[in-house]
Amino acid sequence: MTAQQGFFVFFSLVTLIAGLRVVTARNLFHAAIWLVLALAGVAALFAVLDAGLLAAVQVLIYIGAIAILIIFAIMLTRGMMAPERRRLNSWSSTGAVVSLVLLIVLVQAIIAFPWATPGAALAEPPADSVVTLGKALVDPNQFVLPFELASVLLLVALIGGIFVARERRGGE
Amino acid sequence: MDPFSSIAVALENLLASLGFADWLIDLIMAVLRSAILGTVALLAFMFLTWLERKLIGRMQDRLGPTYAGPIGILQPIADGIKTLTKEIVVPKGADRWIYFSGPILAAMAALAVFAVIPFGPDTGNGPLVGTALNVGLVYVLAAGAAGIVATIMAGWGSNNKFAVLGTFRAVAQLISYEVPQLLSLVAVAMVAGTMDMVKIVDAQTVPFIFPLFVTALLFLISGVAESGRSPFDLLEADSEIVAGFHIEYSAMMFALVQMAEYIHAFAISCIVVTVFLNGWAWPFLPGLAPIWFLVKCFAVFFILIWFRGTLPRFRIDQMMAFNWQFMVPLALVNVIVVAVVDRALSDAAGWTSASQPWGWGLVMFAANAVMLLAALGLMSLKGREARMRDAEKARSQSAVAATGR
Repeated sequence: MTAQQGFFVFFSLVTLIAGLRVVTARNLFHAAIWLVLALAGVAALFAVLDAGLLAAVQVLIYIGAIAILIIFAIMLTRGMMAPERRRLNSWSSTGAVVSLVLLIVLVQAIIAFPWATPGAALAEPPADSVVTLGKALVDPNQFVLPFELASVLLLVALIGGIFVARERRGGE
Repeated sequence: MDPFSSIAVALENLLASLGFADWLIDLIMAVLRSAILGTVALLAFMFLTWLERKLIGRMQDRLGPTYAGPIGILQPIADGIKTLTKEIVVPKGADRWIYFSGPILAAMAALAVFAVIPFGPDTGNGPLVGTALNVGLVYVLAAGAAGIVATIMAGWGSNNKFAVLGTFRAVAQLISYEVPQLLSLVAVAMVAGTMDMVKIVDAQTVPFIFPLFVTALLFLISGVAESGRSPFDLLEADSEIVAGFHIEYSAMMFALVQMAEYIHAFAISCIVVTVFLNGWAWPFLPGLAPIWFLVKCFAVFFILIWFRGTLPRFRIDQMMAFNWQFMVPLALVNVIVVAVVDRALSDAAGWTSASQPWGWGLVMFAANAVMLLAALGLMSLKGREARMRDAEKARSQSAVAATGR
């Protein structure tokens, strides 16, 4: 067990346990904090696999923006302070069936994927991986189209959000 | 070979001669490095509290602390003893886990920034830095973002409506001012060609504050707003929200919150020095680069103290308007102007920051000056319009009042 494998196992355990606690915590705010821990665990996994930029961006965007907005939404929900809410509503049986189907699909996909042989060393990332990533995002033969479309999508969401949340003047 | 590297090499040789395995030596040296970095940050925090109180006192025409020690230099120690011996009062109904981990996480996030700041040159044993990440700039911002979650935890865990209100405002301010901070660092990364802090110090043939001073201003102002210092200290001012999100903390927990804030402000100064003032390098004092680097960091922190002693506080809506209507557009225009001018210079005249530093610096300075003057001119025009509108409204209102009587 090399050090990299040891760290991988440790951070995977942290992520999995935090993810489990997100859905089983009774207090909604605690669930949000467990979510922050799960996202931090994923960032640590990126760092273990030598993807430094992805780890930093994961913390910056997921924890620094998305988790904060989730917590805002939770805090602005009325009645959230009562810790003893019913955990299951009338959709729970349908939800169980859908989760089971999703589990089967995901397990099939994982089994069918051509993974590397277990125990083989990980491939070394290129020395200038950040430069390669940057060039790949703007290269017309590679990923410029998805990149630009994602930007347009974000712009549309931003404008839509501002439009939906604008102040209504009297009479509207 | 400067003294710090020599000590490190001697220690490694001693451990190797004692028969420790290679990986154990690496582990011990890494732990020692982190301990030293943390200690330097905390000692700086102690010194900075004293410095701030003395300087604010002088700016307000009084002396500041004078009792503890010769010029009050032992005041931080007195503060520490008082803080340690006070009782930690946990409010009833507070969520214990979140209440206690909020300030701890805030202090962790503030200290994490120091891992990537280079303190000295590469004298054969690697640069004097915690870890030379190739994405150091983004890491610095991510550490600040992690501190925001800690603020939320502190405010929510206190079981106090004022704390939650303070948290809302604090988070709104903090996530808003991340945007111009990030955009200004984008301009720096474009010009330096790298996000590695060690390489940015090397890439500054002319200190970036000169050709990129609008960027430096943007980063300094948003850094002050990020660390919650005056004039952006609406979050914790007594006359506004009675200490805001840390109202229910006493003794050591409050000291942790204060520590997180000061260390964050000091980290911002260190980043400004590294990225804009050429880090440990300019002007170069041989052999004692870390001391010179710390002196420059204290000089930048003096500017932050100066802000605090001089400027009145912003209201929350003024702060948001300032960010979204002035800083973010200016930051976007800045990125475009820097990119265009840098590229035009290197294509047309072959002047880059490497080949012709002072010529390149002068042209970039001129472009920045034009941009800043245009921005300020636009702001003053809008200000004049607003003033005339207000005067018009006041005149018409007084006319109505005069005829209506």
